[in-house]
Amino acid sequence: MDYATLLQILDSTLRLATPLLLACLAGLFSERAGIFDIGLEGKMLAAAMASASVAFLTGSVWVGLLAGIGASLLFALIHGLASITFRGNQLISGVALNFLASGITVLVAKGLFNQGGGTPQLTEGARFYELTLPFAEALQDVPLIGPLYSEVISGHPLLVYMALALVPLSWWVLYRTRFGLRLRAVGENPAAVDTAGVSVTGLRFAAVAITGVLCGLAGAYMATALQAGFGREMTAGRGYIALAALIFAKWRPVAALWACLLFGFFQALALRPDVVEAVVRVKVPVPFLDALPYILTVIVLAGFIGKAIPPRAGGEPYVKER
Amino acid sequence: MDRLPPWADIVLVPLISLLLAAIISALVLLSIGQSPVEAFNVMVEGALGSAYGWGYTLYYTTSFIFTGLAVTVAFHAGLFNIGGEGQAQLGGLGVAVFCLSLPWPHWSLALAGAAIGAALFGAAWAAIPAYLQAKRGSHIVITTIMFNYIAAALLVYLLVDWLRPTGQMDPASARFPETVKLPTLDTIPGFSLIFDKPVPANVTLFLALAMAALVWAILWRTRIGYQIRAFGKSEAAARYAGINPTYIIMVAMLMSGGLAGMMSVNNVMGEAERLLQNSSEGAGFIGIAVALMGRNHPVGVVLAALLFGFLYQGGAELGLWTSIPIEMRIVVQGLVILFTGALDMMVRMLLTRAFGLMRSQKLGAA
Repeated sequence: MDYATLLQILDSTLRLATPLLLACLAGLFSERAGIFDIGLEGKMLAAAMASASVAFLTGSVWVGLLAGIGASLLFALIHGLASITFRGNQLISGVALNFLASGITVLVAKGLFNQGGGTPQLTEGARFYELTLPFAEALQDVPLIGPLYSEVISGHPLLVYMALALVPLSWWVLYRTRFGLRLRAVGENPAAVDTAGVSVTGLRFAAVAITGVLCGLAGAYMATALQAGFGREMTAGRGYIALAALIFAKWRPVAALWACLLFGFFQALALRPDVVEAVVRVKVPVPFLDALPYILTVIVLAGFIGKAIPPRAGGEPYVKER
Repeated sequence: MDRLPPWADIVLVPLISLLLAAIISALVLLSIGQSPVEAFNVMVEGALGSAYGWGYTLYYTTSFIFTGLAVTVAFHAGLFNIGGEGQAQLGGLGVAVFCLSLPWPHWSLALAGAAIGAALFGAAWAAIPAYLQAKRGSHIVITTIMFNYIAAALLVYLLVDWLRPTGQMDPASARFPETVKLPTLDTIPGFSLIFDKPVPANVTLFLALAMAALVWAILWRTRIGYQIRAFGKSEAAARYAGINPTYIIMVAMLMSGGLAGMMSVNNVMGEAERLLQNSSEGAGFIGIAVALMGRNHPVGVVLAALLFGFLYQGGAELGLWTSIPIEMRIVVQGLVILFTGALDMMVRMLLTRAFGLMRSQKLGAA
């Protein structure tokens, strides 16, 4: 494999890792607050549909982005209502919302555009376009580093850089602010937080809302940046890969970045089976590359690579003592 | 807090949940400019209005009984098996391997063989998450989700690279021999009087009903069933009573995976007569809704499977005869799971309040 091919693969790694990273950070906030969320997939899908539809109708990608976040927030709040207010089963609520999103996105898209459950192609201002970072062209001819900067790091839509910036931001919020300390505490020992006079319900709803916003970004990225429009089931299990990455990263933000880049790398490889074959000199089945994130996650869960310990109060509704 | 009378808990709570799901579905239909009344009529007419419709409804019902029972058995052991989808697809592989590799002289023998093959493959796929849960404490919900995706990838690989006959384009196995063709209800003496047109519902329906009876007998009439239920109620108490947690988790999940796998006898052997990609078509997930709706009791599961069979066939009719997309049935399904599974406490709270009011009024009158 030559350097140019490597750069191409790294470039698509970053592109494909971005929705995973946004969804993974979304899951991080929710699960750290003790709310399991297997509905990342559904929220992304809803956001993808809403953002593409509104962006097409208004012609503005920013209005579309807001609509995507709104749709995802709505799903997040239903999840919050079910799992915080009514102390329902969080896993079942997630499963239900995934179904709901899967059906309703096609229903609405067919109702609006009648194009087989997708939106028309987005053009002009209805999409996020690649940004060229400063000096990208000037540095292009510098050996090794130049092409790396201009092809891999530069030339992505804004949301890619936002997602990357959200990693240190999430770390800072979770580990360096009062809100973050309380959020982590509510996922480990909600009774202690309650005793300190802080609202468990309020904190958990805040966490679920952050999850909604981040999944909204992930979905909007899928439909308005990675691709030009919404297609049915376009998230294709990315919500679950993000969940896998979250476990792989042991519920930590910086590790989440590496996990998502790794899984994004697998996705990029799955698009280039010819390169894989040339490197390992054996024919590697594409389905194996597709399944690799899931297989790795199972190995991590089995405790063969360190131990993945979820937040202790995860999945359990909090009942205030009376 | 006031308690609900038992009959209200068993009958009224699911009914009201269902009603709420129906109301929201109607609102969804109204919002996309369709008539809920017309939609409901089309669904009832198409799914229950003719023997032909029933033939399809019962076909779907058969699949959902298996996957519903699968979720039920695991649930009684306190395990949430969300991997029915993958286990069912592996079951389909079992059916294909058994049907294609052995020369079956008669369909009845093939049915027994394929059912065993499907159960073995499905159980094997459930065994790894079960072992990891029992021995390494990995959360079974996450591992079974991962195994759904691994199963899907595995089947794509096997269908494309191994099972596909040479010269065939689509990723599917070879067609099963004519001798293993299962009788459909329209060819069974007696039933053929009712079903005058070819329908997909087949003898597997009776296998499903037998399995429901068997699951009931195992859970409520055997020692292992008692142990499973005790373990599900309280792990600590079960452990103290000398029940081996590893054994219970393994047995419950093997049964669960086996049942999910057996679903494939219905669709792979009874209908498609070859193994296709994504053969289970979401039936594994519907099993969750069926078990929730059926209150994790085999009788409830059979009734709920019938309800979902109706929804599925009715939904297909919607896609066929109206401008309402077929995806409406996924929306309804999601709403049913949401209200019966996640928001049941809301319904219960409302009902408890209503019953409390009635009681205080009665006291006031006296």
